[in-house]
Amino acid sequence: MSTRELFTFKNAYFSASVGITAGLFVLTALGGFILLPYLQKEVRFASLWDAICSAAGLPQRAAAVATGKVGPRLTEAVLTPTMLARPSQESIGRGATLAHRCAICHGPTGLSRADSPNLAGQYASVIYKQMLDFRSGARTSAIMSPFAADLTDQEIADVAAYYAYLPRLPAYHPERKAPKPRIVIYGAPLRGIAPCGSCHGSLDNKVGSPWLEGQSEVYMREQLLAFASGQRRNDISQQMRNIARAMTQQEIDEAAAYYASQPPDVVKAVD
Amino acid sequence: MLENRKLILAHFWLAFAAFGLALLMGAWQMFVRSPLYTWISNPEWYYRSLTAHGTVMGYVFPTLVAMGFGYAITESALKQRLVGVRWAWVGFWLIVTGSIMAMVPVALGRASVLYTFYPPLIGNAFYYIGVVLVVVGSWIWVALMSINLRVWRRTHPGEPVPLAMFANVAGSYLWAWTAVGAALELLLQIIPVALGWRTTIDAGLARVFFSWTLHAIVYFWLMPTYIAYYTIVPRAIGGRLYSDTMGRIAFILFLVVAMPIGIHHTFADPQVGAGFKFIHSAFTALVALPTLLTVFTICASVEIAARLRGGRGPFGWIPALPWRNPIMLAVAFSFVLLGFGGAGGLINMSYQLDSAVHNTQWITGHFHLIFGGAIVIMYFAIAYDLWPHLTGRALPSLKLVRTQLWLWFVGMIVTTFPWHWVGILGMPRRMAYYDYADPAIAPQAFSVTLSAIGAFILLISGLLFLFILATAHRQPASEASEYRFSLPIHPVRSVPLALNTFAIWVALMIGLTITNYGYPILTLAARSDTSVPAVYVGAQ
Repeated sequence: MSTRELFTFKNAYFSASVGITAGLFVLTALGGFILLPYLQKEVRFASLWDAICSAAGLPQRAAAVATGKVGPRLTEAVLTPTMLARPSQESIGRGATLAHRCAICHGPTGLSRADSPNLAGQYASVIYKQMLDFRSGARTSAIMSPFAADLTDQEIADVAAYYAYLPRLPAYHPERKAPKPRIVIYGAPLRGIAPCGSCHGSLDNKVGSPWLEGQSEVYMREQLLAFASGQRRNDISQQMRNIARAMTQQEIDEAAAYYASQPPDVVKAVD
Repeated sequence: MLENRKLILAHFWLAFAAFGLALLMGAWQMFVRSPLYTWISNPEWYYRSLTAHGTVMGYVFPTLVAMGFGYAITESALKQRLVGVRWAWVGFWLIVTGSIMAMVPVALGRASVLYTFYPPLIGNAFYYIGVVLVVVGSWIWVALMSINLRVWRRTHPGEPVPLAMFANVAGSYLWAWTAVGAALELLLQIIPVALGWRTTIDAGLARVFFSWTLHAIVYFWLMPTYIAYYTIVPRAIGGRLYSDTMGRIAFILFLVVAMPIGIHHTFADPQVGAGFKFIHSAFTALVALPTLLTVFTICASVEIAARLRGGRGPFGWIPALPWRNPIMLAVAFSFVLLGFGGAGGLINMSYQLDSAVHNTQWITGHFHLIFGGAIVIMYFAIAYDLWPHLTGRALPSLKLVRTQLWLWFVGMIVTTFPWHWVGILGMPRRMAYYDYADPAIAPQAFSVTLSAIGAFILLISGLLFLFILATAHRQPASEASEYRFSLPIHPVRSVPLALNTFAIWVALMIGLTITNYGYPILTLAARSDTSVPAVYVGAQ
């Protein structure tokens, strides 16, 4: 028994199997790379090579088409799970200095009395992303945009590190004894709404999603409505816009009221 | 001649014990997402259980069955003592270690990524390392199968390799090559991210690598079943194998065409070109060939047995079959389930039809019907057939065995047929919760309930199976005759070299992998703009 005896076209098994396999490959390749592309009536190819590249999945520049009006800016922030983890003491210190200018709305201890978000103990990546978006114009606010305009990346990271470093104190919101609303526990799978906690903390925390417990009810309701109307559009891949659009007004009210009434100290720390 | 019974029994018992646990989880999952239960409120528990169920059923259970059966075949078909017993135990303990290492993070909720990994989801590194150990353990088995055949050839130059061993080695080679895809995905992509060395991953490339493994792994699961069709069934029902050559050709075809077809799992993926999807779809159609050859050959073999028992006429031979024989019952059930499952498979491999069922419960129904139905029922048959030879004791009750097989068959149909149906109605898969009060899916509540009831029938059948195997150890000792495989009608005196060796077929398998996978993998690997941030699961 030798390889030479097997791998020769004198061996009928070898020639037949290699011939059939190669033949099938060529035939299917002709079908997949030439015949099928040309059968697609709605696509026009400049050349045969163009058709083959398209079928091979080679990314190519789209044909010159008139570009419509440029839409509003979208977020350019990229977050990874380990970003901003373990900031230096210096960074936190610089952030504390910079945070003096935030205190007027967000409170000297990071707890707001002005229906602005409570920032004490918020995830650094959340503050970082929102500030980047305010600066780039992906999110606009008459108050926040000017504050963010002149900050460098490092300064934004410092502020985020400082607020993440502060302890989560109970906020000034009344305790409510209402049951957990359905939209919060289950979401609404048929409308593509996941339970809030699958990103915002109680089940799992996804990078860039804030914890919501004890935040201002008014603020959360306003943000959901802004997502729903498309006025706010700095959510990556439209996650929040898709969710908010599918929520009813009542569900928005319930979710905002529920989270506002929860104490923030129940949120697990991610670091 | 089964010398290393302890080794073989260890593989089978670990396989079936793991199977029992995973079956319990499967039934629980069917129950909690059905209208019979309100809802566990935390989807994480569901995905945790689903990951464990899939990992055990997909990697641990069938691999151990193939290994244990492979060792039994080596000793009984080649009639020689297994070479490398110590290494076989090393492989076994690697699988034990790997399974425990993988299951601990899953149980802790640190790796609820499902057994198909789904990057950019990233779980605890120990989960993936555990899976790699399971695969490495099985590669030791692959090497041992090859070495044992080589040792046999040296003392039997030019003689035809017994069909059981030929098929067994073909299966081991298929597994060795098909596991490479997932191994590359784990070692080059996922584990570095899970260990924190990198924070981004090319999820599209990872899916292509996984598809390399994901389809042919089904044929690796199928191998023990097909070996049982050809080499156990005709003997067990008192007949002869219709054609030994047909068997060899079927196993060779599996080796060549099972592998380069996996991209039909990524029909909806944008990172693979439509041309490659077409090629893979066309090659997938070819896999029907060895199955059709097998169905024909086994039906002919079964007919021989029936006519030897006095069956007459074009269909009159069917009642003459030994229907009280569990192996007869198992093969009939397996064929029925394989028929339905295969028909569903033809739908999945066609690009246009697939788009109607892609990512719906149809797919989950389909692979449970093929694997849980057609394949696992023959694993039961293999165990029942081998057990008296491994334990030296007869099975406690054939009636109980028949009941178990009937329950499994009925349970599998009750579970999977409604499962397919709700898939056609559009019910998505991989979801932990369905609101059956919603008018949009309220009509599906009945079918899902039926499915869940089927799952409990399967659970009862599975527990009965374990009970039968366990009580068999307590039966009075009886002298089992030598374990042998079925004989073909025409004694095999000589076999063409090509049908007695694997070189051409392994070369074709690797060649087709290069033509069908080379370009998509290389282009994705070469691009720098295809990675996305990893999403860590259970990171809190």
